[in-house]
Amino acid sequence: MSASADLAHVASAAKADAPPAIELAGVNKWFGALHVLRDVNLSVVPGERVVVCGPSGSGKSTMIRCINRLEVHQEGRIAVEGIELTDDARALDAIRREVGMVFQSFNLFPHLTVLENCTLAPIWVRRMPKKDAEELAMELLARVKIPEQALKYPGQLSGGQQQRVAIARALCMRPKIMLFDEPTSALDPEMIKEVLDVMVELAGTGMTMMVVTHEMGFARQVADRVVFMDQGEVVEVGTPEQVFNAPKTDRLKLFLSQILRGH
Amino acid sequence: MSNASISKGPRKPPITAVGPIAWVRANLFSGWLSTAVTLALGYLLIKSALSFVDWAFVNAIWSVPSNAQGPQTQSCRDLQGSGACWAVIGEKHRFMLFGTYPYEQHWRPALACVLFVALYVISAMRRFWRWELALIWVGMLTAIGVLMWGGVFGLSFVPQERWGGLPITLILATFGLAFAFPLSILVALGRRSSLPAIKVLCVLYVELIRGVPLISLLFMASVMFPLFLPEGVNIDKLLRAQIAFILFAGAYLAEVVRGGLQALPKGQYEAADAMGLSFWHKTGLIIMPQALRMVIPPLVNTFIGFFKDTSLVLIIGIFDLLTAGKTAIVEPAWQGFGVEVYVFIGSIYLVFCYAMSKYSRGLEAELNRHRHR
Repeated sequence: MSASADLAHVASAAKADAPPAIELAGVNKWFGALHVLRDVNLSVVPGERVVVCGPSGSGKSTMIRCINRLEVHQEGRIAVEGIELTDDARALDAIRREVGMVFQSFNLFPHLTVLENCTLAPIWVRRMPKKDAEELAMELLARVKIPEQALKYPGQLSGGQQQRVAIARALCMRPKIMLFDEPTSALDPEMIKEVLDVMVELAGTGMTMMVVTHEMGFARQVADRVVFMDQGEVVEVGTPEQVFNAPKTDRLKLFLSQILRGH
Repeated sequence: MSNASISKGPRKPPITAVGPIAWVRANLFSGWLSTAVTLALGYLLIKSALSFVDWAFVNAIWSVPSNAQGPQTQSCRDLQGSGACWAVIGEKHRFMLFGTYPYEQHWRPALACVLFVALYVISAMRRFWRWELALIWVGMLTAIGVLMWGGVFGLSFVPQERWGGLPITLILATFGLAFAFPLSILVALGRRSSLPAIKVLCVLYVELIRGVPLISLLFMASVMFPLFLPEGVNIDKLLRAQIAFILFAGAYLAEVVRGGLQALPKGQYEAADAMGLSFWHKTGLIIMPQALRMVIPPLVNTFIGFFKDTSLVLIIGIFDLLTAGKTAIVEPAWQGFGVEVYVFIGSIYLVFCYAMSKYSRGLEAELNRHRHR
């Protein structure tokens, strides 16, 4: 799988003239007086898979949430697919249509069935006919391997199943970019694998992905680049081999030793 | 822990632990004190029930003879309170229900009440919950207006001053809550708005209205408000009271709705935002359906409270059900039979309020099915 996917990735990365899928330049953000993002620079090319790791409170979730403006940055420039994030609501809507997001706590809509969760945005945002939206949703539910749960409510599913529905729900908008904010952190250990399997499969399709996670195995398997953040700064960026096997900074070495001890 | 005990399988609980006998033992006779309390309360309960039956049925007088001077209530007075004089209801129920509406036209307010109840029943059924329901409301309320006012289709015109009784109560409550509820949703959203002007306006509205008694608002509406109007413009008194009522109920309901908004996890807003849903789609499809489900009990609590608060319009001289009842016993022949009248009127209020309460419990269970595994 990975050989052909890597080729596809190289091919898409070679299109240097295309705008980066995600671009952060000199991004700064404060929560009150707390400086949570410090001069973050990062560029993601279409088709690239980037894993962001770092200790808790390092700003990795804040950064990913700035990309679809769930958090507002105060300085610097963030552009998605060449569109800059500003106060312009129309540009924001355009970006949010192209960027799918998966949350740590799933955030499924509990009052709607699994199928309705998936068809809601295609119907109301993309103006897709209900029948087409349902077909699309069933196709994607099959892809995350839970088509038989379509008519249940989220509360009736296990955590792993809920997170897979959340992935299918995001994919129903046919996004160009998928953001994952610690997708497996709220799951019991035996459910982590079923979610990671879906994400690995998704990575194989050439989707542009940015994943905040502590799952180092996943990072080694699918990441093109790993970004290590600490205290609001991007400390190291490199291939999984560079970052995990040859850390340059003490901060990363410390983090890796803690992660390994934890596992 | 031997193998034998594992292989036995589940056993039924002992008969003393389940069923009605166990319930009685656990709840009524669990010790000497609880046994004593049960017996004492049981005695009081049975005794008062028996004397109520005596008063309301056994010793009651159901009708009185009439002559040229009007109804002869002496037989009722001879009971000296040992029995109910239901004759007053038989004699006066038309006045209590419809007030001073022209007697031979009473079928019109009666039909209006039936239409109101039909409207409630239709609105209560979930299969009618679609946009066409709004049309039904407009149609029904227009029909009720035509019936009450008349002046068209060969119906004689009846000015609003002559309306009274149950239709007034239903008009105030129905229009009041039907307008106050959407208003409250907008105000609750406004209070959480990021636009400071809207937020301040909504906070001011809620705090001002909530800070004064309903009676003073009604006085304002009936006495002060006309002073501000240009000469010659006259808004009907009932309409003014209705508006005061809507504003008052709106402020209270807004706080209930805001409670529901507050209780919704932030992740629901974020998930809707991340999908690119617009504000109104997000609010209408994700936020409100969940927030309102959570606040059904306090919402219905407020509804029931306001249904009964419509009776406060008596202080500005509007003839609602309770005022009509009070007035019915002003006549000398029937003075002193207030208890019977209030029991009658109270039971009408009870029927409406209990129906609301019962319906809300069913609705709550049905709409929150998704929470059960």
